[in-house]
Amino acid sequence: MTHSPALEITGLHKAYGDHPVLRGIDLEAPPGSVVALLGPNGAGKTTMVNVASTLIRPDSGTVCVLGHDVVRDAERVREQIGMTGQYSALDSLFTGRENLRLMADLVHLSKVEGRARVDELLERFDLVDAADRPAATYSGGMRRRLDVAMTMIARPRLIFLDEPTTGLDPRSRRAVWDLVREQVAEGVTVFLTTQYLDEADHLADRIAVLDGGRIVASGTSEQLKSQVPGGHLEVRLGSPDDLPAAATALGDAATVDSDALTVTMPYDGEVAQVRSLLSRLEGVDVTTFAVHTPDLDDVFLALTGHAATAETPIDPREPQEAIR
Amino acid sequence: MSATTSTLGLAVRDSVTMSRRSLRRLIRYPALTVSVIGMPLVFLLLFVFVFGETMGAGIGGTGGGRTEYLHYVVPGILVMSLAGVATSTAISIAMDMSEGIIARFKTMPVARVSVLTGHVVGAVLQSMLVFVLILALAVVLGYRTDVTASGVLTTAVLVLAISLALTWLSVLMGISAKSVETASNTPMILLLLPFLGSGFVPTDTLPRGLAWFAEYQPFTPWMEAMRAGLGGTGAGTDLWVSLAWCLVIGLAGYVGAKRVYNRDPTT
Repeated sequence: MTHSPALEITGLHKAYGDHPVLRGIDLEAPPGSVVALLGPNGAGKTTMVNVASTLIRPDSGTVCVLGHDVVRDAERVREQIGMTGQYSALDSLFTGRENLRLMADLVHLSKVEGRARVDELLERFDLVDAADRPAATYSGGMRRRLDVAMTMIARPRLIFLDEPTTGLDPRSRRAVWDLVREQVAEGVTVFLTTQYLDEADHLADRIAVLDGGRIVASGTSEQLKSQVPGGHLEVRLGSPDDLPAAATALGDAATVDSDALTVTMPYDGEVAQVRSLLSRLEGVDVTTFAVHTPDLDDVFLALTGHAATAETPIDPREPQEAIR
Repeated sequence: MSATTSTLGLAVRDSVTMSRRSLRRLIRYPALTVSVIGMPLVFLLLFVFVFGETMGAGIGGTGGGRTEYLHYVVPGILVMSLAGVATSTAISIAMDMSEGIIARFKTMPVARVSVLTGHVVGAVLQSMLVFVLILALAVVLGYRTDVTASGVLTTAVLVLAISLALTWLSVLMGISAKSVETASNTPMILLLLPFLGSGFVPTDTLPRGLAWFAEYQPFTPWMEAMRAGLGGTGAGTDLWVSLAWCLVIGLAGYVGAKRVYNRDPTT
């Protein structure tokens, strides 16, 4: 048993033609952890997953999965990973059960083992009722569940999930999150990419922010948030007549929005500041009061200078499908 | 997956799994099979009942007619039916490649070539089915020959060799196609070639340049050897030329397809 990291990326570069996609990536995922790669479209997330899962070769740098190099030792890597691409990787003409059986055959389980494993996965991924219907008739959430179930067939020690919840409704997203947590509870390391900040926040032990082919920040969700200077306090007033009074009471630090009837001011995280703010507003008609701690949106904005969900221009040569 | 398990054994096992997958896909998506049967079927009826009388007179002189032409055209249409299966294989490969499941296969410890061999085995079986059905229809229409045991063997070898060669070529076309649409266009040339050979008219009736081309393209020896095999006369050199063509085309398709399949996407 090795104690090497589940995933270890050093100095990874990858370009498509003369268009650099990954420009020197260093990243480590300890065994049993969930690492989220957070970034907007076109940041290079899928390329990174494709390199780490042996689909494409790096131009330079090394990628080791559970101690095996993805270029020199690709077969050993493939035996230990599971990959769920951005686009569902299943055969739509097959039923859910047939898709899983195909996987069981391909990882060389015996007939008996295979059947048992397929039944177990159908059960765990809540697909028993739909097991014998063609996957083409599945909803987005069901396809995703089948997709992840197929990934789990050989009990991989590291799984890649490339934007696992893109395009899913909120309920299906929750279901996929629960599935990911279950796998983690069994000791599987998860490397996921997402453009949803809350997804990274909910699932990941460590978050790496990818922008323009570089990791611009990494750490726990809390660590990332602490890199952003403070949040803010916001009071909403009952009528426009109260605005001058509130502005006077709060001084120069306050920002007044006369349309929204709100006054905001920077917040350093101290309770005393909240207490003083409310006492200074004595006699002013305040309808609501809110404390905003920085969220990952603020972090992303501060780190990259643009919002996470904003679409950066996508290079036409960047593969839009997982593989061609 | 212990190191002692033979790599070849696993490759065979994975190829069997993938062949089963391809066959199941053919059954689940019968539209392609229907079209590959329908095309030569329509051509056979068209060439026998619409053009047959006139063409027969042209080929057999004053005594010639529909029946003579039926006997002339059947081997050509049978070979064309094999080309038809190849074009549909190119489409179904291109469709498969556009789905994420191929990426999944590539990240699994699966023998790489098995995905392609699966398609090839499915296509060759499909070719045999189409061949037998069209031949049966020809017999219903009055096709009779004094076929010998060696003629049957020759024909069987030809069907297997031609469909293997054309299938590997179509795998290469399907896998290199940028889209499913391209994949359905490129192999069209395969359906045209029987016309530019000895399939429908003897090559000496063609203009000189075309006749020269017809003599040196693979479909002419294929159709001549098939004609000889089914007709009970020895195929002679045509058989060896045919098999040489099959070897060259099949090998080129196999090597090319393997290279395209294994290369990095987008580079």
